[in-house]
Amino acid sequence: MMVKIFIPRDMLAKALGADAVAEAIAKAAQFKKLDVQIIRNSSRGMAWLEPLVEVETPEGRIGYGGVQPADVESLFAANFLAGGRHRLGQGLVEEIQFLKNQNRLTFARAGITDPLSLDDYIAHGGFAGLKKALAMKGADIVKEVVESGLRGRGGAGFPTGIKWKTVSDATCAQKYVCCNADEGDSGTFADRMVMEGDPFMLIEGLVIAGLAGGATKGYIYIRSEYPDAIATMKEAIVIATQNHWLGENIQHSGKTFILEVRRGAGAYICGEETAMLDSLEGKRGVVRAKPPLPALEGLFGQPTIINNVLSFCAVPYILAKGAKAYADYGMGRSRGTMPFQLGGNLKRGGIVETAFGITLRELVEGFGGGPYMGKKLRAVQVGGPLGAYLSADELDIKMDYETLAANGAMLGHGGIVVFDGSVDMAAQARFAMEFCAIESCGKCTPCRIGSTRGVEVIDKIIAGENRMANAALLEDLCTTMTDGSLCAMGGLTPMPVLSALTKFPEDFGLPTHKKIAAE
Amino acid sequence: MINPVPTLSPAAERAVVSVCNSYHNKPDTLLEILHDVQEQLGHVPEQSLPLIAAALNLSRAEVYGVVTFYHDFHLNPKGQHVIKICRAEACQSAGGFAVIAALENTLQIKLGETTADGKITLEAVYCLGLCPMGPAALIDGKPKAAIKPDNVIALVKELA
Repeated sequence: MMVKIFIPRDMLAKALGADAVAEAIAKAAQFKKLDVQIIRNSSRGMAWLEPLVEVETPEGRIGYGGVQPADVESLFAANFLAGGRHRLGQGLVEEIQFLKNQNRLTFARAGITDPLSLDDYIAHGGFAGLKKALAMKGADIVKEVVESGLRGRGGAGFPTGIKWKTVSDATCAQKYVCCNADEGDSGTFADRMVMEGDPFMLIEGLVIAGLAGGATKGYIYIRSEYPDAIATMKEAIVIATQNHWLGENIQHSGKTFILEVRRGAGAYICGEETAMLDSLEGKRGVVRAKPPLPALEGLFGQPTIINNVLSFCAVPYILAKGAKAYADYGMGRSRGTMPFQLGGNLKRGGIVETAFGITLRELVEGFGGGPYMGKKLRAVQVGGPLGAYLSADELDIKMDYETLAANGAMLGHGGIVVFDGSVDMAAQARFAMEFCAIESCGKCTPCRIGSTRGVEVIDKIIAGENRMANAALLEDLCTTMTDGSLCAMGGLTPMPVLSALTKFPEDFGLPTHKKIAAE
Repeated sequence: MINPVPTLSPAAERAVVSVCNSYHNKPDTLLEILHDVQEQLGHVPEQSLPLIAAALNLSRAEVYGVVTFYHDFHLNPKGQHVIKICRAEACQSAGGFAVIAALENTLQIKLGETTADGKITLEAVYCLGLCPMGPAALIDGKPKAAIKPDNVIALVKELA
């Protein structure tokens, strides 16, 4: 009887040796004349178990974690094809607590399907949302998305439905949908995993957006650091077009949506929506002043829906199950689920998709298991390189847009990076300024010059030069950047800097009473 | 006598023109064109810029501005092998700077430089999305995660 073996094709699994493992298993099976089918599935998002090899058994899929080519012989010896016991054995994959305790809507198919199998996608609920949308008026799709309470998952948290309504209401011959897949924030990888692991879901979300806004042309702007995501999306677009889920006359509806992948070129700033538009037009990725809003004058000056990968990916579920089903998850004005991304110094990193309102402690200690080798957690950066550093005594904060904002932090794209006691927070603050200096588009002065001056002032503080006066100067500079920058790059760089300064003054050689004053 | 400006070989010239044609000479595809030119020629030679500008009906300054804005594009050849090592926060928390230091030591170059024999270029990258299992790198386009300073010598040897 043929046995199905699943080995992820995800970039992280590959980075840990998945290709060599797949090759070794195939070779060994052939040598032993065993009938196996190796499926390169998507990743479950349990990074610490990669490469996670799963074997289909009558009881369900049995997993073996952290497999290396050298383990293959012993896996066969342990009869892993029948789910035999082995030191790398994880038991039934779906019973692993990390997975079981999540509410996976966007990542429902993660690890289960073959990313480029249309049959797999449809068998697991794919295109149910689009089928409904094809029979609806654009305004009704918009209404559904508004009622779901979905907010932009890219970082700004703007209500997606309202944005779509603006585009839908605009009268214009050509409108566009642009998917921002320039996932540059350190500590974030959910967009990458979706594009590599469930590309048809993103395509479905984009087509629905096109129907809602009256746009017939779309672009996915993918950063060049994600070569696998680029290749998979391109392949998926060809397959979806051949099968009439994309292109002209989608499923005989007479509706059209043409989709194209465009590569970024290593500029963090192109994750800012207007810089991305300029980049898509073939220009330098320079930020545009707003207004005009891209919803009215976006790509090539036309009305444009711009959303993050995860925002588009929430839409198929909303259409398929209804706005209420989605809005039933979450708290306050943060509705639905969020695929949090646990990274950095954690025992168990990966994707944790849950309803909003979970605490940071549940995420980093419960799911993540704390820093590896039992070290003590000292700081957590939430929301990427422009997000605030939280200290170990702030872990009970609830993860939703409003609570984080009220505490001087932000959700961003849901990235969570954990640091242990070895971290030097003055160095982290310096890095935030340095990163801003490297990646600034250069259009506005506070960001372009302020970031360089910021590095210099922090260097002086670290060197012990007029510490108090320079700390005051740094705060002043941060105020200028916050208030005077054109976009979030310069405007939010002060967030990690000031949170490090006020919460960890000892790392800057500053008296700790400053900490009390800040509180 | 003024040094003559090196010209592109006829083959390279043809390659540039054909890349532009494959994108129908549309100015909005400039980044795609530059990626393809760089893939074929190893870098974006300065002499190719007038050709691209003419094909897309842009000024040379516009094309030059784009090439120099994006970290990916380079006007000069790189080493045979390129190691792009992550410098961003998640990898820092997992000991990324120690790995960078080990790489710099082993190769005797700094980030952004190429070894004297032209074999290996070491570059910084800011996040590869492999954040739970850092430090991470792209080595000749292939991802590598959970790199330890001790692995660095073996990693470099594989390329030599």
